[in-house]
Amino acid sequence: MSAILPPSERLWWKHPLDRVEGTWIVIALIWCLIMFFMMVGWHLYGKQNLSTETYKTTPDKFSAHAQAMVDKYTVRTETADKVPVVAPPAGSDIYMIARLWNFWPILELEKDKTYRLHLTSMDYNHGFSLQPANINIQVVPGYEHVVTVTPNQSGTYSVVCNEYCGINHHTMVGRIYVK
Amino acid sequence: MSSTTTYRTCPRSGLQFEANAEKLMLANAVAAVVFLLIGGILAVGVVLTRWPAIHWLEADTFYQVLTAHGIDMLIFWIIFFEIAVLYFCSSTLLRCRLATPKIAWLAFALMVIGAITNNVAVYQGGSSVMMTSYVPMMAAPSFYLGLILFAVGALIGCFVFLGTLVVAKKEKTYQGSVPLVTFGAITACIIAVFTIASGAIILIPTFLLSVGVIDKVDPLVYRTIWWAFGHSSQQINVAAHISIWYAVAAIAFGAKPMSERVSRGAFLLYILFLQLASAHHLLADPGLSTGWKVVNTSYFMYFAVLASMIHGLTIPGAMEVAQRAKGFNKGLFEWLRKAPWGNPVFSGVFISIIGFGFLGGISGVMMGTEQLNMIIHNTIYVPGHFHATVVVGTTLSFMALTYFLIPVLFKREMIAPGLARIQPYLFGLSMYFFCLVMMGAGTLGVSRRHWDMAFEGAALAYQWPGAAYLMMGLVGIAGVAAIAGGAIYLYVTVGSLLWGKKLEAGAASTTFTPIPRSAPTVVAQSYGSAGFAAPGTFMLAMVFLVAFVLYYFINWKYLSQVWGLS
Repeated sequence: MSAILPPSERLWWKHPLDRVEGTWIVIALIWCLIMFFMMVGWHLYGKQNLSTETYKTTPDKFSAHAQAMVDKYTVRTETADKVPVVAPPAGSDIYMIARLWNFWPILELEKDKTYRLHLTSMDYNHGFSLQPANINIQVVPGYEHVVTVTPNQSGTYSVVCNEYCGINHHTMVGRIYVK
Repeated sequence: MSSTTTYRTCPRSGLQFEANAEKLMLANAVAAVVFLLIGGILAVGVVLTRWPAIHWLEADTFYQVLTAHGIDMLIFWIIFFEIAVLYFCSSTLLRCRLATPKIAWLAFALMVIGAITNNVAVYQGGSSVMMTSYVPMMAAPSFYLGLILFAVGALIGCFVFLGTLVVAKKEKTYQGSVPLVTFGAITACIIAVFTIASGAIILIPTFLLSVGVIDKVDPLVYRTIWWAFGHSSQQINVAAHISIWYAVAAIAFGAKPMSERVSRGAFLLYILFLQLASAHHLLADPGLSTGWKVVNTSYFMYFAVLASMIHGLTIPGAMEVAQRAKGFNKGLFEWLRKAPWGNPVFSGVFISIIGFGFLGGISGVMMGTEQLNMIIHNTIYVPGHFHATVVVGTTLSFMALTYFLIPVLFKREMIAPGLARIQPYLFGLSMYFFCLVMMGAGTLGVSRRHWDMAFEGAALAYQWPGAAYLMMGLVGIAGVAAIAGGAIYLYVTVGSLLWGKKLEAGAASTTFTPIPRSAPTVVAQSYGSAGFAAPGTFMLAMVFLVAFVLYYFINWKYLSQVWGLS
């Protein structure tokens, strides 16, 4: 009746279980249920849940929104490429474009204020990896993902692309300032 | 048709091999090892480039090498070996002829042609799209075509396996139910059919897109269906290597399953729930509802995790019961201390079980939690996790099984048994460390599939903390050690095949010897009749549970400190 031979009892589903197994199955099942309800419970009581608010979009449509925000709230530019640094008011809709190979524009947010961050990609899949906070969100072309964010610490944050997107993937880094 | 073949009984193991099945197992196993060799050479490039102090390859070469490494290891090495395992679990364990050997050779040919076509496409450049090949980033048409041909071949192989089960039943080569290991292989096969069908559903349109027949494949739809292929193919591995664990427990100890009902019930849970886990890759995606994510990522309330926790107990438990029956009864762990640690078949499997559970299992459940995934998604934690499952779990189990097969199937005496004895330790333990430091770097946020953590040429470069560089340096060192362990495996296996002393095959006969009916045994005739049969294993399981609970909640604590998201 070894595992590589047919079981000696024809009706294997009537084969009783040992006490070690019975005890372990009960413990393991309880732990599985705890983990399941932890995940559900965090949606009710936790403060970090990924939004599922999503719209179909096109590069033109999304760029127009982003450009309007940049035109209205740019406070300065940075780097040789004159990337605008945008300081939109708390509670507003803010836009970040992911494209080969940068995130645009730079955002300047206020600590403990809430923003509706719109993310999309103009071309391939990209990854929004906020460092050093280490929040990671997939950015998919054609889909506008609206994530409500509340920065809880001031400082300079980098947005590293962590979805492979071609030869200059490693140069694709954006920035978010939190005041 | 059944009269054209012969059967031999291996004098060393008592296993009966049918001639056609034996040749096919040999061919598939050899093809597997060839792709392990290619994938292993590519691993050198990956490891030495991600090691920040060396940073060896140029970006384009690195991405090309990484694409090929992923596909050769995760798909070609593993699935070729799995086809051999399927034939073994049907034809050999059930002592019957293999159904339709000609079609099985066709399957093999398709797989070889597909694997070569795909590899050539990657080495030509222009197909450095990673294993995942997310649209709209496109590879050459032959990249997809190769994968499709390979998948069709593997699918045919699955049906040859199922046909062989029918042959065994019809020709009455065994009585009652199939052995537990075959039952596990059936689980793997069912998962494989689902997996390959998903792959076809998404790769065929993508192939048509690459040749210009259709003009769009939606990126989100692609991701959703691709992962039903990409993740499920790893679930084939889980079912396959757990079957091998049971087989090795039986071979090395003569261990009986503690309870057929429990172990088979756990495999049934796999069939019902394991596939849902493709959601693990989509937790950070837009467009999918929270309910969908929660139900799928948890295998509907973690029922597949329950199944793995059951196997994780019953396999060492069965070994413990067998050892205690031999008189190793002192204390909780004499059975384990007196285990055959010098036998690579056993040590490989045991290192695999512990590593798969503690490193692969715990990390997998943690990062498969919907919210916790946000602090893990696409960081190098992810490859840290899956090297613990696929390399420590699957590859190391396959290596251990190979050491058993060299004298039995290949009929060769193993060369360099001393090297073989240390190989599971070198490979397994350096892989443990490799996974741990990768997960450490991932916890600090380091990206996977990334050529340069110094962001050379980026205007707004980010400076990773020093600890991240240290971790990635350790990844490099551990990776080199693991590659050395892999090289020893290849040397011993290929060397034994080429130069090992030929061993007696056992007389060939034109008829099979059916499996005799085994007598009912006394183990666990009623609930609790054996007392508390495996206390040592239960203690190990409790240690596992404590580690699991602590690590799980530590990560919730970590999550609770990041930005508010809703």
